Amino acid sequence: MISKPTAMLLTGNHAVSYGAMLARPKVIPIYPITPQTPIAEKLTELQLSGALEAETMTPESEHSAMAACITASLAGVRVFTATASQGLMLMHEMLHYASGARAPIVMANVNRTIGSPWGFWPDQTDSLAQRDTGWIHYYTESAQESLDTVLQAYRTAEQVSLPAMVIHEAFYVSHSLEVVEVPSHAMVDSYLPPFTPEIMLDPSINRSWGNVVNQEMFWRHRKYLGEAMEQTLEVAAKADAQWKELTGRGYELVEAYRCADAEVIIVTMGSMAGTTREAVDMMRARGLAAGLLKVRLFRPFPVQKLQSLLKGVPRVMIMDRNFSPGLGGVLHQEVKAALYGMKKAPPLYGYLVGVGGLNVSPALIEKLVRRTLREKAEINSIWVGE
Amino acid sequence: MENKANAARYYDIHEEKVFNSGHQACPGCGQALAFRYVLNTMGPETIAVVPPSCAAIISGPQPYSSMRIPVYQTTLEASAASAAGIKRALIARGKEHVHAIAIAGDGGTYDIGFQALSSAAERGEDIIYFCMDNEGYMNTGTQKSSSTPRYAYTTSTPGGKPTKKKNLAEIMAAHQIPYVATATVGFPDDLVRKVKKAKEIKGTRVIIILTPCLDGWGLADNASVKISRLAVFTGIFPLYEVENGVKYTLTHGSDGTPISAYLKPQRRYRHLTAEQIDTIQQEVDEQYDILLRRVKCFA
Repeated sequence: MISKPTAMLLTGNHAVSYGAMLARPKVIPIYPITPQTPIAEKLTELQLSGALEAETMTPESEHSAMAACITASLAGVRVFTATASQGLMLMHEMLHYASGARAPIVMANVNRTIGSPWGFWPDQTDSLAQRDTGWIHYYTESAQESLDTVLQAYRTAEQVSLPAMVIHEAFYVSHSLEVVEVPSHAMVDSYLPPFTPEIMLDPSINRSWGNVVNQEMFWRHRKYLGEAMEQTLEVAAKADAQWKELTGRGYELVEAYRCADAEVIIVTMGSMAGTTREAVDMMRARGLAAGLLKVRLFRPFPVQKLQSLLKGVPRVMIMDRNFSPGLGGVLHQEVKAALYGMKKAPPLYGYLVGVGGLNVSPALIEKLVRRTLREKAEINSIWVGE
Repeated sequence: MENKANAARYYDIHEEKVFNSGHQACPGCGQALAFRYVLNTMGPETIAVVPPSCAAIISGPQPYSSMRIPVYQTTLEASAASAAGIKRALIARGKEHVHAIAIAGDGGTYDIGFQALSSAAERGEDIIYFCMDNEGYMNTGTQKSSSTPRYAYTTSTPGGKPTKKKNLAEIMAAHQIPYVATATVGFPDDLVRKVKKAKEIKGTRVIIILTPCLDGWGLADNASVKISRLAVFTGIFPLYEVENGVKYTLTHGSDGTPISAYLKPQRRYRHLTAEQIDTIQQEVDEQYDILLRRVKCFA
């Protein structure tokens, strides 16, 4: 029991575990994979110590872990799990099943390269490849933000009946130690009421889920799922504002940092947002008018917010730590689509940086900003590295 | 012949009306009978998991259901994990008395669902897993599964399956779970008794039920019960139970009827040569002998 907010030295992964513990999940089916494993280890340790009262389940695969998450959630309890990379790939089928069943599961995903070849490096392609699965996707940049976002994700997911993924990158966030303020149980309890769904799998309610539907029913089901996604924008913004009221920490769904009068705005997600914030300060100090736009909520994609923040900006550069072969950077393409047809749409410069976990330094960011100011925008994303 | 006499003598089953008429099974389907005996014995304090299979069709299309219990339809490989998730939630909610069961086909059990089932058994999940074994992917139009017996015709083994049926009962017994049983619709009293017994036990329980597929096996609409009894009397599908991986009990077995009596009525075996029938007879005899020795050894 955490009786008052406590500062602890935690890795990003352990911060996630504390966030999950504070949410009081009742069932945790979880399967180990590097670099997610410390999340699972800390949870089982907290359970053994009595700090966490939950059924932990150790199935033979991520596929079964997610299968159990879905039914446990539908049977009326709060659930948590975590995975990474290949594990998320194996879950893919069940991710669709989870959102289809409208199960408000919260899962942490630690971004790691997908094989082959084998690698362990931070790369966001694993979770971005799940963008059409009907999950809410949050990208976080620090241990503190990951802890806070797990709790915001529960609050949002349970109001809109959609599953939510909290995503941070391998090692840069997952294994870096930071001082994290762990909120008290009482604070979290006041923020996150117990999960008490009206409809669940229970003989006394006698409702079923998942059997075959006709075309019209399926169409209607997808439409409702889309409406829940739209609703999520407002619910998630409110959940963030309420968390800020309670703890003093808010992140917004899209954060604009020093964007006023910027000649170049850098759009990115995850740990690169933290590096960019530093780079922006350095560039501003040297008279280079750069700003950061951090996309924290990737699904639902905050199209209107991006339009209003990027309208009339002289130049916008997008940094992607992912790659969609045959198309380019996923965030680049999504921003392009979001701004299409808008009056005073800015020219977009897409950079494939940090793919495969390459380091993205403030110096590199400044170099790209200078290039952006110098060159004409190109349609395709440009490879940066070597 | 004693087996035949015994089985015919009584048919006294107390049924709770969980499974209903109006379901979508083919006329005379062996699996529909199994559904009736299983669900009406489990009773209303049950939540069922069903993967894609004939079982999913029999469950009924939205918004209808042939069962008066909550049913969750999962993916083909996930039945055991899905049932375990339900049971864990029930435990967390203090509703441990509610049963979580899975009803899957042999494709969803012997093949794609095996990994999840093996893990659930190893973890000792408190579920009852029913495998409706019709020896192939019948819902997709008769393709071979690892439960399809040697030489049987399927559309993916048009020349007859060259390899043996996987012995799932023995594999599950090797997990040393509290209860593994084989049963069939030709012996409803035996099937019901096994379901009742499983209900009283905690931990992972697996019951494999031979449910003839009239279309896939090539049989008349009224042949389901008859052929499943012949499967027992010829010894190709003996009825037994294994407790904790060691205590074997034969409930109904071979009476010496030759295997040809079982094979001949089935279209899936009509291409067999005399040598192939001999081979099957030899394999059945060998396996049956091993089973008898196990029963004796652990008696």
